[in-house]
Amino acid sequence: MNLSYSSITKKIWMSLMGLFLMIFLVVHLGINLLLLFDPTRELFNEVAHFMGTNPIIQIFQWVLFAGFAIHIALGVILQIQNWIARPKRYKVKAISEDSFFSKFMIHTGIIILIFLVIHFANFFIKVKVFHGVDDFILAGVNTGMEDMGLLVVKLFELPEYVIGYIIVLLLLGFHLDHAFQSAFQSLGLNHPKYTPCIKGFGHVYAIVISLGYILIPLVIYFTK
Amino acid sequence: MDLKLKIWRQTGPDVEGKFVHYPVHNISKDASFLEMMDILNEELVANGEEPVAFDHDCREGICGMCSLFINGHAHGPDDSITTCQLHMRKFKDGETIVIEPWRARPFPIIKDLMVDRSAFDLIIQAGGYVSINTGGVPDANAIPIKKENADLAMDAAACIGCGACVAACKNASAMLFVSAKVSQFALLPQGKIEAKQRVENMVAKMDDLGFGNCTNTYACEAECPKDISVANIARMNREFLAAKVS
Repeated sequence: MNLSYSSITKKIWMSLMGLFLMIFLVVHLGINLLLLFDPTRELFNEVAHFMGTNPIIQIFQWVLFAGFAIHIALGVILQIQNWIARPKRYKVKAISEDSFFSKFMIHTGIIILIFLVIHFANFFIKVKVFHGVDDFILAGVNTGMEDMGLLVVKLFELPEYVIGYIIVLLLLGFHLDHAFQSAFQSLGLNHPKYTPCIKGFGHVYAIVISLGYILIPLVIYFTK
Repeated sequence: MDLKLKIWRQTGPDVEGKFVHYPVHNISKDASFLEMMDILNEELVANGEEPVAFDHDCREGICGMCSLFINGHAHGPDDSITTCQLHMRKFKDGETIVIEPWRARPFPIIKDLMVDRSAFDLIIQAGGYVSINTGGVPDANAIPIKKENADLAMDAAACIGCGACVAACKNASAMLFVSAKVSQFALLPQGKIEAKQRVENMVAKMDDLGFGNCTNTYACEAECPKDISVANIARMNREFLAAKVS
C-alpha cells in the first residue's frame, strides 16, 4: 500500500469501507435472528447453506474480506500517524470531544478484530476448511446441509462465551456510535438540516445492531 | 485570589522541560489571565528569576497570537474566547492551574509556553490565496454572491490561526484550520478558479508537516475561540474529493 496517500483519501476509503461493513452487519444480524424464530433451525440452516454456496455470495465474500482488510489496515496506519503527530502528551486533558467514543476507535477496533479472528476460527474455518460440522437432520432425514444452527446454539450454551460475546458486541456498539456519523462527515456529507438526523440515526443504528446481536445468545442461553 | 500555578518551563527547543510550581497571591478576579501571568513575571524578575515566556499581542482576541493549554483546555475553560479574553473569575480561589504549551509535532516549543506556529504559514503559502491581477477598483456588485455564501465565507474567515484546533485535537490534526482557509475561498466565485490546486496543495502541505488525521471527534470546534464549524471540514473533504476525481 502506498503510504503517501493523503490523510483525506485515507479517511474517505476508511468511511466507504466502514459503511460497507455496516450494511454487512445488518444482513448478518437478519440471518442470525432467524434462529430465534425457528426452533427447528431449518430457516437459519437454509440461509446459511445459501450464503455458503451461492456463487454470487462466494464472490462477494472476497469483497467483504477486502473491505475488512482495508478498513483495519487504514485504521492502524491512521492511528500510528496520529500518535506520531503528538510526541509529548498533555499532563491535563479535559474532555472536549463532541463524539465521546471517537477517542477509543482503535481500542474498540482491536478488540473487535480479536473477536473476528475467534469468530472466523469458530465458524468459517471450521466449516469451510475442516468441514467439522454435522449434517442437519430434520425429522430423521438428512437434508444435505450443515447444521450451522447447532454450532451456534452449542457455543451460546457456554456462559463464558456468552459473556465475552456480549462485551464485544457492546464495544462494537460504541465503535458504530461514532462510526456512522463520522463516515458521512469524512465523505463531506454535512448539512445543517440532515446532519442532526444522521447523528440520531447513527445512535439508533448502533443500539439496534448491538442489542440485536446480544439478544440471540441471551435467548439461547436462558431457554436451553 | 490566591492560586497555585503549575507551569511548563523549557529553556529552549531541544532541552528537556518540566513543570514548575509557582504560588501567586492577591490576584483580582477581574484580572485577565495574561495580566495574572504578567504579575507572576514581574515577581520572577524582581526575584532575579527568568520570566515565563508566552505568546501574546493584541490582547483583544483578534490577532491569534496567544495560546496556552489551561487545565486541559485550549485557551482555558471558557467558551469561544482566546486566552487574552479569559478572566480569573472563571477560576476558584486556591485552585491549581496547570498551564502547558500547545503540543503537536509541527508546533515545536521555542521556549516555555511559546510554540513555533510557522507550519500554518507554510500551509497558507501552499494555496491560501487567490491570484488576482488587481487593476482598477471593480464595481461592488459586478459579481453576484449569495448572502448565505458570503456569510459562510465570512464565518470561515473569522479563523485567526491560533492553533487551538491542533492543540485540542487528540491527533494534533490541523483540519479545522485548513478547512476554514479552504472554505473562505471555495465559497466565493473569486476563489473557485484555483479551488482544485488550492485544496490539493494545502492538504498535501498539511500532511507533509506531520499534522495528524481527522477522527471527527469535533474537539476542535468545541475549543475554537472563533467557533469555526466542522461543516468546513466536510466542505474541504468534498472539495478534495471533487479535485481528485476531476
